[in-house]
Amino acid sequence: MTMTPLPSAEPTATPLLSVTGLKTYFHTFAGVVKAVDGVSFDLALGEILGLVGESGGGKSMIGFSIMGLIDPPGRIEAGEIRFEGQDLLRLDEARMRGVRGKRIAMIFQDPMTALNPLYTVGNQLEEMLRLHTDMPAGQRRARCVEMLRDVGIPQPEERLDSYPHQFSGGMRQRVVIAIAMIAGPRLLIADEPTTALDVTIQAQLLRLMKRQVEQTRASLILITHDLAAVSQMADKVVVLYCGRIVERGPTARLIRRPAHHYTRGLLDSIPHDDRSRRRLHQIPGSVPNIRALPPGCAFAPRCSAAQPLCREVEPVLAEFAPGHAAACHFPLEAKL
Amino acid sequence: MKRFAASELFHSFRHNRSAMIGAAIVAMFVVMVSIGPWLVAQDPYDVAQLELMDSFKPPVWLEGGVPQYLLGTDGQGRDVLASIVYGSRISLFIGFTAMLGSCVLGAALGLLAGFYGGKLDSVIMRIADIQLSFPSVLTALFLMSAFGTGADKVLIALISVGWVVYARIVRGSTLRESQKEYVQAARVSGLPNRKIILRHVLPNVLTPLIVVATIQVGTFILIEASLSFLGVGVPITEPSLGLLIKNGFDVLFSGLWWISVFPGLFIMLIVFGINLLGDFLRDELNPRLK
Repeated sequence: MTMTPLPSAEPTATPLLSVTGLKTYFHTFAGVVKAVDGVSFDLALGEILGLVGESGGGKSMIGFSIMGLIDPPGRIEAGEIRFEGQDLLRLDEARMRGVRGKRIAMIFQDPMTALNPLYTVGNQLEEMLRLHTDMPAGQRRARCVEMLRDVGIPQPEERLDSYPHQFSGGMRQRVVIAIAMIAGPRLLIADEPTTALDVTIQAQLLRLMKRQVEQTRASLILITHDLAAVSQMADKVVVLYCGRIVERGPTARLIRRPAHHYTRGLLDSIPHDDRSRRRLHQIPGSVPNIRALPPGCAFAPRCSAAQPLCREVEPVLAEFAPGHAAACHFPLEAKL
Repeated sequence: MKRFAASELFHSFRHNRSAMIGAAIVAMFVVMVSIGPWLVAQDPYDVAQLELMDSFKPPVWLEGGVPQYLLGTDGQGRDVLASIVYGSRISLFIGFTAMLGSCVLGAALGLLAGFYGGKLDSVIMRIADIQLSFPSVLTALFLMSAFGTGADKVLIALISVGWVVYARIVRGSTLRESQKEYVQAARVSGLPNRKIILRHVLPNVLTPLIVVATIQVGTFILIEASLSFLGVGVPITEPSLGLLIKNGFDVLFSGLWWISVFPGLFIMLIVFGINLLGDFLRDELNPRLK
């Protein structure tokens, strides 16, 4: 071995966010809950990533882990979260507060409680500017008006002085997006952003988010159980089951040719616009108790293609096409 | 002010007779303690103004009463009405100050316990539980006999009894509010915890406090009166309403009833007024009763 350092093999375009081997465990009285168990993925600048899985699959905990907001009894056991070149897990709380809201923003599911009922919308927008920019007070209001107009709120000058209860659910979620984007974050984490909304406005809001992210050249992590929404939005998809990645790949390929039986099941349970009126497909059984996962593949008990091997040996995530990987002993892809 | 006049709260207040009565009683007392001392004939604390010849005069409408002393006099020739005016000042002052003190202390501890949880929560709430397992008058009595008497000691005793209620209420509301997404949103916005607590959680847990605080003023006035009656309250030189009752109690069965009955009526009246107001606020501000 020579002592000369190797020339940097890093590609010029380092990913904006790179999560490696993330493990977030909850130490409860009833046992250790492995909410996130060895998850890795990359996200390039301007890219949209869909994180998909059933409830209890650990999707939200990935978001909170990135934000550094895992409360006891939860703990990040291992892994690395590199964002803009620095490991977020090594930042102290004060530096981390400078990242939250300013570099990485996050929005949540329920627009009814996501805004503080006691302050005007303008006040809550301005709070972000006060906190994260040194914009003089005179310009802040103009910036807030501009931002509200940007997210499609009519008469933004007047609406700035309205309270959250004076907005409808969809409008509130627009305000929430405005608050998240106003400080110009590089990464937006949207945790089930449209789940609580009417179907009619879900698509509008997804489009709005996509446009916001594209305009500001930011990246988006869309956490959802709605594979249909993801298929229209995301550049790539990560499918989670019981805290582990079961499949990941470019959206178009993953939707067209899913490799994992779980992904297949999710896709089959999306209603289609054919008039066949056949019963929707469903995945039998339910998510196993995450405190006592079966040995082997966690999905095996519900999988129609499970073999004895599946119940004994845990499959590893294996790439079988560029960017497309699945953790399955008998992937669907192999048949093709 | 205009916004308040147009508010729902004010509207239902206008249509609630008992609330109006309560407010009128409280307002009357506020006027009485603020300008009363200039209206009554003598300063009962100033020994030079007392006339021993005028001791034990009955109220004006009884035989032997004189117009100078509307509600009669006590054994030292002190005007009962003047004593009540001055005594109400002390009673109300103690009631309000102790309420504010225990409100601030209890709310602060409740916010900390509810927001941070864990060990801090356990320690604070166990202390509260222990405190709550003793009757409040007993605790106050114990503290008073340990620290001695005086208005400041009464305040300390009342606050150390009273904070528990606030801490428990605020902790509960804080737990509930912290689950809401706007608190999560504040956290992911990079707001420091101190700001989240003061700016986002505190204003949202205030409503139930207002109700308890109102009723507690009445409770505190009663506890202070009990302490003074038992002789461990305020000093005899500056009697509160409770101490006035005690002073008159010694001669009550000699037929000199007015010395203790009138201060008693005033205590009853003020506590009644405060409770009417508190009941109204509880009905109006409790979302579950709406």
